Amino acid sequence: MRMSRYILIGMLLGFILYKSEAVSWYRIFEMFRFQSFHMYGVIGSAVISGIIIVQIIKRRQVHNVEGQPIVIKDKNKSIPRYLIGGAMFGTGWALAGACPAPMFILMGAGYSVFVVYMLAAMTGTFVYGLLRSKLPH
Amino acid sequence: MKESIEAFITFLSQPWPWYVAGPLLALVMFILLYFGHEFGISENLRLMCAADGADELNEFFKIDWKNGGWNLMVALGAVIGGYMVSHYFLGSEGNIAHVSDATVASLNEIGINVKQGEVPMVPDFISWEALLNWRGWLMIAGGGFLVGFGARYAGGCTSGHAISGLSALQVPSLIAVMGFFIGGLFVNYAIIPLLFPWTL
Repeated sequence: MRMSRYILIGMLLGFILYKSEAVSWYRIFEMFRFQSFHMYGVIGSAVISGIIIVQIIKRRQVHNVEGQPIVIKDKNKSIPRYLIGGAMFGTGWALAGACPAPMFILMGAGYSVFVVYMLAAMTGTFVYGLLRSKLPH
Repeated sequence: MKESIEAFITFLSQPWPWYVAGPLLALVMFILLYFGHEFGISENLRLMCAADGADELNEFFKIDWKNGGWNLMVALGAVIGGYMVSHYFLGSEGNIAHVSDATVASLNEIGINVKQGEVPMVPDFISWEALLNWRGWLMIAGGGFLVGFGARYAGGCTSGHAISGLSALQVPSLIAVMGFFIGGLFVNYAIIPLLFPWTL
């Protein structure tokens, strides 16, 4: 079954973020207080490994499972949407202590109150869709 | 055989250090690229809106959400992973976060009473009981709303920008991550201390 591999990848993601405590509100608090290297180590070593992986993909023209070269699209250039949208995201992240992946992981771990968080996040996504044409991008 | 499985479970149940978690996150990104997809968890919020009928109301949600089925499966896997860790891989210490002494001191100063070695993974102010007062609504529903809105406005969340985007040396992702910190630092230093002097 083709979809089962994505479930396995998601499970791996769940293990990584839970066991590294990135799902914890307190770890996010600690990160924004610069009181431990831990979260910077997690994200920093992910990015350094990721940069190496992306450079190898580009230079060796690594192909994907379907035999096509892997192409990573450049993101559209802009400042306001990334800065304002990013600041809104950071505000919510620091309040709830969870970003979208931990939301799913914690729901599975039995913290069912994250259903409320998810419905609110879907509402936020929906309201963005309604206001999109009126916002600076 | 049984003993070696138990030893393996005990091994995985320790807290994972950053230098294990970080490279594994990059591996998740690579596996998804290999299967022809870009790592981005918040896109699932848009897919779920579309699946619930928002595609009929607004063109932003006119996406074939079934093409995003792979991503919804990643989210489902994350739910299963969370279940498995919380049931079988917590280790002897239980469900606690190993934050620094400085963090415990800062939390106590604000009025969040936690003891070193007993800091829970999820605080009691992120719970159903917390929704009996406005602070819980602000932190849980307000936080969720801003995460959902901000992630789509910025075109990605921690996985899409901080991990995938920075790995591909994307300047927009760097701007987005700076935005994450502007918002996060503001809340952490200016808002959270205001929310906690009183027990609600």
